[in-house]
Amino acid sequence: MTDATAQDAMITADGTPLKVSLNRALRREKLRALMLIAPLLIFILVSFIFPIGDMLIRSVQNGMVSQVIPRTVTTLEDWDHTSGETPSEEVFQALTRDFMIAVERKDHTRLGTRLNYERTGMSSLFRKTGRRVDDLGEGYTDQFGDLDPAWEEPMTWVTLMGHPDWIAAQAAWDGEGAEPSFRLRDGVADVLPRTAEMYAAFAQVVQVEDEDSPTEEEPWHIVYASLYEDLQADGVDVTSLSAPILTAALEGSAAFETQSMRDGFIEIEEDWADPEVWGTIQAFSSPVTAGYFLKAVDLSLTPDGVEPVADNLTIYVELFWRTMWMSMTITFSCILLGYPIAWLMANLPDRSANLIMILVLLPFWTSLLVRTSAWKVLLQRQGVVNDTLVAIGLIGDDGRLALINNVTGTIIAMTHILLPFMILPLYSVMKGIPPSYLRAAKSLGATNVTAFRRVYFPQSVPGIGAGSILVFILSIGYYITPEIVGGTKGVFISNRIAYFISDSPNWGLAAALGTILLVVVLALYWAYDKVVGIDNVKLGG
Amino acid sequence: MNRPKTSCETKTVLIFRLACVRPGRFSLIIKGAAKCATIDGGRRLVSTSEAQAFVEFDRVQKSYDGETLVVKDLNLSMPKGEFLTMLGPSGSGKTTCLMMLAGFETATNGDIRLDGQPINNIPPHKRGIGMVFQNYALFPHMTVAENLSFPLEVRKMGRSDREAKIKHALDMVQMGDFGGRRPSQLSGGQQQRIALARALVFEPELVLMDEPLGALDKQLRETLQFEITRLAHDLGITVVYVTHDQTEALTMSDRVAVFEAGRIQQLAPPDELYEAPINSFVAQFIGENNTLEGVVTAIQGDQCTVTLDSGDIIDARPVNVSAVGDRTKVSIRPERVEFNRERLHADAHTLKAEVLEFIYMGDIFRTRLRVAGSDDFVVKTRNAPDQRRLKPGEQIEIGWLPEDCRALDA
Repeated sequence: MTDATAQDAMITADGTPLKVSLNRALRREKLRALMLIAPLLIFILVSFIFPIGDMLIRSVQNGMVSQVIPRTVTTLEDWDHTSGETPSEEVFQALTRDFMIAVERKDHTRLGTRLNYERTGMSSLFRKTGRRVDDLGEGYTDQFGDLDPAWEEPMTWVTLMGHPDWIAAQAAWDGEGAEPSFRLRDGVADVLPRTAEMYAAFAQVVQVEDEDSPTEEEPWHIVYASLYEDLQADGVDVTSLSAPILTAALEGSAAFETQSMRDGFIEIEEDWADPEVWGTIQAFSSPVTAGYFLKAVDLSLTPDGVEPVADNLTIYVELFWRTMWMSMTITFSCILLGYPIAWLMANLPDRSANLIMILVLLPFWTSLLVRTSAWKVLLQRQGVVNDTLVAIGLIGDDGRLALINNVTGTIIAMTHILLPFMILPLYSVMKGIPPSYLRAAKSLGATNVTAFRRVYFPQSVPGIGAGSILVFILSIGYYITPEIVGGTKGVFISNRIAYFISDSPNWGLAAALGTILLVVVLALYWAYDKVVGIDNVKLGG
Repeated sequence: MNRPKTSCETKTVLIFRLACVRPGRFSLIIKGAAKCATIDGGRRLVSTSEAQAFVEFDRVQKSYDGETLVVKDLNLSMPKGEFLTMLGPSGSGKTTCLMMLAGFETATNGDIRLDGQPINNIPPHKRGIGMVFQNYALFPHMTVAENLSFPLEVRKMGRSDREAKIKHALDMVQMGDFGGRRPSQLSGGQQQRIALARALVFEPELVLMDEPLGALDKQLRETLQFEITRLAHDLGITVVYVTHDQTEALTMSDRVAVFEAGRIQQLAPPDELYEAPINSFVAQFIGENNTLEGVVTAIQGDQCTVTLDSGDIIDARPVNVSAVGDRTKVSIRPERVEFNRERLHADAHTLKAEVLEFIYMGDIFRTRLRVAGSDDFVVKTRNAPDQRRLKPGEQIEIGWLPEDCRALDA
């Protein structure tokens, strides 16, 4: 602080700057206020903000492919899907290893389900492959066994791969308590990287998933296959491991008959030869994807880039559009029906106004489900409304109106349900407009109509604004009522979201649809602020 | 209350050459045209030149619930250019009368005539009456100029005419620079000036004001009181003004109608109302007043003797008593009480009094006495150099001129 500003700053009697002093005095107040809202804040954060945030993040999250088949994803990077060829043997070797671990962890079906969102048939491909993938590489096991039967002894592998400390601990383990976690022997990963990785994975699966001891289990075929690959690698030097059996295998394996993993996969399911399958895997291998969002607007992320989905499969854009215009229709009907009631309430004596208020609030005392179901009874083809219309001869018995399970039904029922949310803000704003304004206008020579149009209505606009925002935002995300009375033509985007949350789980797509909905609402809110001004929204006097 | 009454009197005399014929009577003659005022029961005291009445209530009754009458029987006629105030406690029916005149309430019975034409069935917007409301009722979504433009627009007036009139009206209330502001940007006093300008901009002949200064602080109220009377006088408009503030009523009006329980209790110019109340309600309501209760024991012409409940005998002027033996409340203004024996008539009755409290109020002294068993008898004296300052506990004797003490209804 310079001298000049130091002189300018106000000082309290005891010499501390006024601002410091004031802040200190206000800190207690602020702390008190914070303490008061803390319980609610924490509750909201934990039960609302975090879960919703987590849900919304799912709309772009795509970690599953790179998590479940990491080696495949890495080796697949260089592959070009436009070549029209299936990936190299190396990719299939990586896939075999990934698959073996995934199968043991039962991850492959989840991945299949995930990829099935993008390409039908992936789920069954993965399940079918999962059942038979453990046979792949069997040839190597047999060849190693022929070379030296000791290879088929679990203990041979344990001594070769395991850390001496772990071997001792494992031997001492009596089956009670926690099993000592497998540790790799020092240096083995440098000499035999693939084998070490696969054996470690094998040991972990045996210990964690199967709750057995690796000392008693023969390794997977893929471990043998990996050992073969390691031994065939250039410049491999197994002397540091000082295992005679390995040195012998190094020499003997040169004569082994090579097994193609690629052929193995294609034999299990010939879809693996289809470059499109690999293209899909490649397109969705990044940990973040725009795929869900593209899908939510009827586009799809294909190996060839973003393409619109086939016309007969489009659904979401239409649903969004329908949600919008139906919500607007509902909002508008609420204004039309609610405005006169609110006006009446604001201008009646308190006693009568309270009675109407009770009637307005009455629906809140009944369950939403009951009210909606009541509409079902009223509006159906043999329902009360149609019966009445037929009885008074307005329509013929064969011309009964379709009022339910369509757009009409949703609009009628939702207008009824959301009406109080329009009336209440309207009423409270109108209550705040003194009757003297209308009187003043009339005394100045305005007719009833002019007085209403030029004086009363402009002042009630904040109420209309508040009610409209409330009703529109509520209706845009409404679920129960459209679900019950909407049929197929009268459902909203929220029903689709619910479908993807529970009926046919695809949380990523549900999250993307939800995010779009949220963004649309925020955008409308912003537009409203620009046009009308959010200061003009009043919920009370 | 102790505001100098001279200005008011001067104005009254100037405008109407008012002649109070005799104190104690409530008819007056203005410019030779006798006007009528009734106190109750439609008893018409003076009735000539009906044609000159500009605003007229003829046996008007109003009921909201069909069981009780809010306005019981209202007869009132006002000449053009008069400033008449309806004064009364809340619920006395004064605002209802104003609303009936404006057209926002319909009379249950009787006629209201404006310039000779019955207006009962004319809607408010066709009556052409300007109105000023207590809460100003300026349209918050319009600027000051738009507010003023509103009555001209609904009259389909051209743009240039409108602008000239708006400017004139704003200048009139000294708010010429505020045309572009919103009402919310103005202070209460400024808002009321604008409301006044709006009520005047379309040049109505009759302007109604419903407690227009009720929400303002004292100083502002006094300034605006003066301005409203000045404007009304300059423009020659007829004003019906409603208030519950008696000072306002006394200082502004040509005549004041005191309302109580749906009736006009007294309709008179301010000085007459203060000095010659015709019943004990008006005496109590207007100004400070000492009341003593007793029985009339003798009446000789315009003087009577009253024996108080305490047994003391006093002199009074019979106003609302007719016979010996009637119970009465005698009313005497605090500033008309004398405790200087020399200033009273030689044969005047006096009362013994004990000083309870002496309050120094600057321009006046307010002394509370115990008189005839009552503890709240007040005497007001001017702070003059030779004025005696009474001390609590002092025993004195008080009296008054018989014409200052009015024997009213019990």
